[in-house]
Amino acid sequence: MSLVPHVLLSSGVNGEPWWIAIVKAFIVINLVLVTFAYLTLAERKIMGRMQLRYGPNRAGPFGLLQPIADLVKLIRKESFFPAAAIDVLYIFSPFLAAFTALCTFSVIPWGPGWEIGGYQINGYVADLPIALLLIFAIGSIGIYGFILGGWSSDSKYALLGSMRTCAQLVSYEVALALSVLGVVLMSRSLSLVDIVAAQANETWYVLPQFVGFVVFLMAGTAETARAPFDLPEAEQELVAGYHTEYGGMRFGLFSMSEYINLITLSALCVTLFLGGWHGPLFPGPIWFLLKLFFLLFLFIWVRTTVPRLRYDQLMRFGWKVLLPVATLNAVVTAILVVAL
Amino acid sequence: MSVIERTTKIYEGSRIPSPIPTTLQVDTSKHALEDILTINFGPNHPSTHGVLRLVVDLDGEMVAGLSAVIGYLHTGFEKTMEQKTWWKCITYPERIDYVSFQVNELAFVLAIEKLLGIDVPRKATWMRMCLSELTRIHSHLVWLGTSALELGAISMFWYTFDDRDATLDLFEMVCGTRMHTRYFQAGGLAEDIPEGFYAQARAWCKKMPKAIDEYEAILDRNAIWLKRTKGIGLLSADDAIALGQSGPVLRASGVNWDLRKNMPYLAYDEVSFDVPVFHEGDVYARYRVHMEEMRESVRIVTQCLDRLEEMRGEPWIADDRKVVLPPREELHTSMESLIHHFKIVTEGYVVPEGEVYSCVESPRGEFGVYVVSDGGPKPWRVKFRAPSFVALQATATCMTDAAIADMIAVVGSLDGVMGEVDR
Repeated sequence: MSLVPHVLLSSGVNGEPWWIAIVKAFIVINLVLVTFAYLTLAERKIMGRMQLRYGPNRAGPFGLLQPIADLVKLIRKESFFPAAAIDVLYIFSPFLAAFTALCTFSVIPWGPGWEIGGYQINGYVADLPIALLLIFAIGSIGIYGFILGGWSSDSKYALLGSMRTCAQLVSYEVALALSVLGVVLMSRSLSLVDIVAAQANETWYVLPQFVGFVVFLMAGTAETARAPFDLPEAEQELVAGYHTEYGGMRFGLFSMSEYINLITLSALCVTLFLGGWHGPLFPGPIWFLLKLFFLLFLFIWVRTTVPRLRYDQLMRFGWKVLLPVATLNAVVTAILVVAL
Repeated sequence: MSVIERTTKIYEGSRIPSPIPTTLQVDTSKHALEDILTINFGPNHPSTHGVLRLVVDLDGEMVAGLSAVIGYLHTGFEKTMEQKTWWKCITYPERIDYVSFQVNELAFVLAIEKLLGIDVPRKATWMRMCLSELTRIHSHLVWLGTSALELGAISMFWYTFDDRDATLDLFEMVCGTRMHTRYFQAGGLAEDIPEGFYAQARAWCKKMPKAIDEYEAILDRNAIWLKRTKGIGLLSADDAIALGQSGPVLRASGVNWDLRKNMPYLAYDEVSFDVPVFHEGDVYARYRVHMEEMRESVRIVTQCLDRLEEMRGEPWIADDRKVVLPPREELHTSMESLIHHFKIVTEGYVVPEGEVYSCVESPRGEFGVYVVSDGGPKPWRVKFRAPSFVALQATATCMTDAAIADMIAVVGSLDGVMGEVDR
């Protein structure tokens, strides 16, 4: 014990010992992965029910082992590799996409924090003063995974998919970032923990920032390439978009990063607009999960309902509708915040 | 990516130079050749209706050049039929266009009957009409589901296929099989109509218009669906005629031409129905034509059922022992019947020398059969006029100012069934 200085054991971030933070990070990452696995099952089940069919029900009771079966299948598949692909980038990009998707969840608060056995345990993995900026920054790095993956696999379909991904994600990120500006102005902080605390004092920002909320949901749908903005991988047009040439677990990583991006985005939406983990009766994490599942259900519901936009319609909608509305919302909020 | 400027109004006259091109060449004054990305859509692709291959020259997202390559599903139906006796040939036309099986079968059977000069009992005529219209609805439902799926409205596929299943249940009840029934014979029907058919068909007729209303409610009130279909894939009436179009594609371009009205066969002149005609000539108009046609088909089926119920107990097949198999029970008592049965089954019936063209309004347009008989038990030559093949010719003309996504919508709206195109 004398080898490890006492100060190292007790010091850490936000009043919590560093080793607790590591254990917590490990648990949170695995919880996110489990949520992802069962989100795929839930999506297939819900879509099945909405489309007059059952969805997966063979693997285990109610198909509950389906995600595990999928995982085993993907891992056991041959790692196909196109002969003309640029090998380093081809292998690297799924990892980049998956890594960036996983690490953004670290700044999302999901509980009030507890004190167990004299140790302080916070309801988040990290509380950064620039948490919101960090999410957007890391999300932008994640886009490189999609772009490089499509470009390096040397396939025309994948290239087209990459082009679409590139243009779509970049243009919708502008609207997405502007839509949360109102929340930042109202709470006067970029830290997600502070934003949740501010909502507990005042009201859920979905009410005063309803326009921002709607813009955020729409831009977020485009940002995660979900229907009706699923052009990057419109299978009826581009087969599978940027990951056409990927198979096995490499494809699995891309798919995983997309779903985890969706989860992170929903969690961000819960944090920014729906009061985070606050709610009556139940403990914080339960409320957080309930709100998260509600938003995820919304995304699945939209996917079963609407057709896909055309490319120019998508661009027009992003730049000519969402962006001006988001800007106007930010400006009006700024004026009101200063005036009141 | 520039905004695509479109004229949503249909153009006047023709824009097809002579001779008619069926491919779209890259216009070098508009697109620089080094910007062109040539890409293969198909033959293995999620939305090529089977094995259509489109070689597309893309300038960004825009389709600059296009040519359709066919032949991947060539099975030699026409040649095979020359090796089969007439009554065995009946199974082939069904499999050419596997979605409108019963109508194709009808066209071929009508051709044989024309050559034979045989009289068909009225019960058979009305039942043929009833089943033809059921096939039309079945085909249109498949079309609607797959076209909506191609535009990303995935749920429509399952909704329409649910109703299609109910339609196929009726076929199963009457014919024993759900598709490729071989229920029409030269001279009438293969078997009598089962008694339970009327009640089930009536229940179906009640349900179907509501289902069609639901589809319209899902699609017509959806802004994205309207934006994706209106003003896309324009084809003027003159061009549609010049390209030999028929069926929904022609009627969506504003030409009132339906073989059921203009050259009535069976008893179509005795039932009341309207021919839906739309003048916009775009994908949306084609969708509207399909929807209205389904409604009219339900009307025809209802009228057929009314008449068929009055004909209970009437013969369903002509009493011509040279062509029609004798009743089963006669084989044990009558030497004559046994001989006829043996001759028809082994050698086949003989069709008088001559040539004939018979055409019907299939769900895709004019489906024609041209047969030549040399007086033997097998056809000497069979040739089909496949509406899907003709519809595909319009692909390039419809494709001006189209993005990739529009191309998918246009190819879907032309409703090509590759089995019929390649034969």
